[in-house]
Amino acid sequence: MGDSAHPPHPIPHPNPRCRPLSFGPFLLLALLEGTVTAAVLALTAVGLSLVFGVMRVVNVAHGEFFMLGAVVAWFVTALLPGPTALVWLLALVIAPLIVGMVAIAADRLILRRLHHAPEATIVATIGLLYILQQAALTFFGPDARPVAAPFTWRIQLPWFGYSGYKLFVVLAAGLILWGVWFLMTRSKAGLIMRATQVDRDTAQAFGIDVNRVYTGTFALGAGLAAVAAVLVVPVQQAHYLMGGDPLLLSFIVVIIGGLGSLRGTLVAALVIGLGDGVISMVFSPTLAKIIATLLVALVLVFRPQGLFGAKA
Amino acid sequence: MKTKAFNGVSRRAVLGGIGAGLLASTALPGGAFAQGAPIRIGFQLHRTGIGASYGRWYERTAQAAAKLINDGGGIGGRPVELVFEDDGTDPKRGAEVVEKLTSQAGCDVVMGTLFSHVVIGSAPRAGELKVPYLVCSEGYHVASGMLNRWTLQPGITDVRCQIASMAPWVAANLGKKITMIFPDFAFGHDHRDFFTEAMKAQGGEVIAQIAIPPTESSFTRYFPQIPAETEVLYHVMVGPAVLTFVKELGEFYGTGAKPAMFGFIDSLEAVDIATPGLEFLEGSHFWEAHNRLKPADAGEHEAAYRAAVGVDDTGASISDAADVATYSHMFSTWETLFAIKAGMEASGYGGIADRQKFVEAMEAMTDLPYGIERPQGAKRFNGKTHQVFGVQNISQVQGGKLVRVHTTSMADGEYPDAVDYTTMAF
Repeated sequence: MGDSAHPPHPIPHPNPRCRPLSFGPFLLLALLEGTVTAAVLALTAVGLSLVFGVMRVVNVAHGEFFMLGAVVAWFVTALLPGPTALVWLLALVIAPLIVGMVAIAADRLILRRLHHAPEATIVATIGLLYILQQAALTFFGPDARPVAAPFTWRIQLPWFGYSGYKLFVVLAAGLILWGVWFLMTRSKAGLIMRATQVDRDTAQAFGIDVNRVYTGTFALGAGLAAVAAVLVVPVQQAHYLMGGDPLLLSFIVVIIGGLGSLRGTLVAALVIGLGDGVISMVFSPTLAKIIATLLVALVLVFRPQGLFGAKA
Repeated sequence: MKTKAFNGVSRRAVLGGIGAGLLASTALPGGAFAQGAPIRIGFQLHRTGIGASYGRWYERTAQAAAKLINDGGGIGGRPVELVFEDDGTDPKRGAEVVEKLTSQAGCDVVMGTLFSHVVIGSAPRAGELKVPYLVCSEGYHVASGMLNRWTLQPGITDVRCQIASMAPWVAANLGKKITMIFPDFAFGHDHRDFFTEAMKAQGGEVIAQIAIPPTESSFTRYFPQIPAETEVLYHVMVGPAVLTFVKELGEFYGTGAKPAMFGFIDSLEAVDIATPGLEFLEGSHFWEAHNRLKPADAGEHEAAYRAAVGVDDTGASISDAADVATYSHMFSTWETLFAIKAGMEASGYGGIADRQKFVEAMEAMTDLPYGIERPQGAKRFNGKTHQVFGVQNISQVQGGKLVRVHTTSMADGEYPDAVDYTTMAF
């Protein structure tokens, strides 16, 4: 098994340029990381919030739609030929479509048959969670698989380096959220969805096909989770168990912001995301999770409808 | 029609050929095919969960070893049959798998798995069932005396031994102010405790210890905790996110000033070192038990081992270059199977009634020379601590390849016994 002599090799010296991160840059990195978390979280949580707001369905399988988005992105980028950026853009279009179709099937086959009853759908979506997770395990496998980022531009700041792609994620998430807001407040589809949210029976009396609205909302919610996943998968890798964290954090955000409130979801995502970034860095990531969970408890005790939610 | 020749071959030639074949088959050990009821070896496997990439290669390696054993006549003339059962890389399920393999599948012995929390969770059940439990987990939990007489680790050295061999080299060649990044569970705690202690003995100092949960998927936020005066960044990471970990480390340091880096290859197991984003690792050093890139002066059995497990000279699968092996860990299943064979044959193992005799025979083992049974290198088994000792390698990333630059001696990794399992009751 080889000799134990030391072959000559370069001996690196600690670089005198390696200075401590003073508080300014330190805070900057914390805020950058926090903003990325907040952007992805907002996109994921908005889907959960929409589904609850319009359908009164607590979708426990929401994290699995997120996972499915990442897995589809891997398949698209691995199977389709072409430049990295182009196939990734294709994935950004194809993944939400496929995940949306899965959601439509789930709504037609399961939720509609339960008449979207709140308690029954919680149990049903728990089942859906396991079905989707095990399906991913069977067809995608147990490994974490990387998806190449559409570009690898990296910013070298004087104190540390940062991925340019992560900043793009923030920008893209912002644009999509603006699109969702536009859809909900400025389009006829949004008007119908809001009408169903306010009063299902009256909406139905006015000739709105509530079942179709529900199916569309469920697909939109799942599609938003999938978009968030395609954005995040180049920095995280696709893995069949990746749906757990986004689900938990989405629930935290939605409970704090108020179930069904878009504005509340956005504000809460920013608070949780930035808070997580800063507390994680200055103190520890575990403390950040403890504080977020404590915040949920406090909101549930003192303002059960959430910061921006209407009283049930 | 002539009767003398058949298809143009004479009867004499045919008879001669048969005779020669018979002679050859009795002369070659490969002809002595295993007979009788099979010896069933249960294998608790990380087929799913965070250890899945290890599990895939553990299964392939164990099957290749079993095939070689069976081709050579099995164990004591009986064929070997492996029974795999997924533990989900989960300690609770791990204990259930030991139970199932022992009670339902009727396995003679159970082979254990890699992740230390699964081994620690499963070993007590093996002790209660009185079934030999042979683990491949690297953790110090076997030699520390934490487990029981039925648990042995004959196929891979433990973290304490690995670190005892690495620390003097790191202190002498890279620097003495160390920051450690490690996974926050038993295996990582072994790294933390023993490396900190070993550096102190070398006149060095661990100035920061950064623990990261093994299920973490984002790492950038941990990096600002690395003190600026760090001379060496010591990293060991496990789980599905190891690639993200090294990529984010690269983004953080990038082209700026950075400390020297010393990693355990665990941070890169099953990951291609030529992946875009890992260029910053150039010039950094890694511990490897078994060199992924076949060294020019590799031992005589290296080629045969690689061919048997289906790995090429760069450490990737022969059939899929993107499927990189967990090369520094998977040999442990191969070597453990051959250790089981040696132990069973030495004890005259006949069935489950002889389990205790088998453990006693294992405890009597000492020198285990280099050979096809031990492709990683010669080893010495300590029957008192149930732990094997061996050599380690240090590689440097040169031109995007892991090149071996140092091999330790067996003595470098020795430490005083903390337990004598042979005095414990069965």
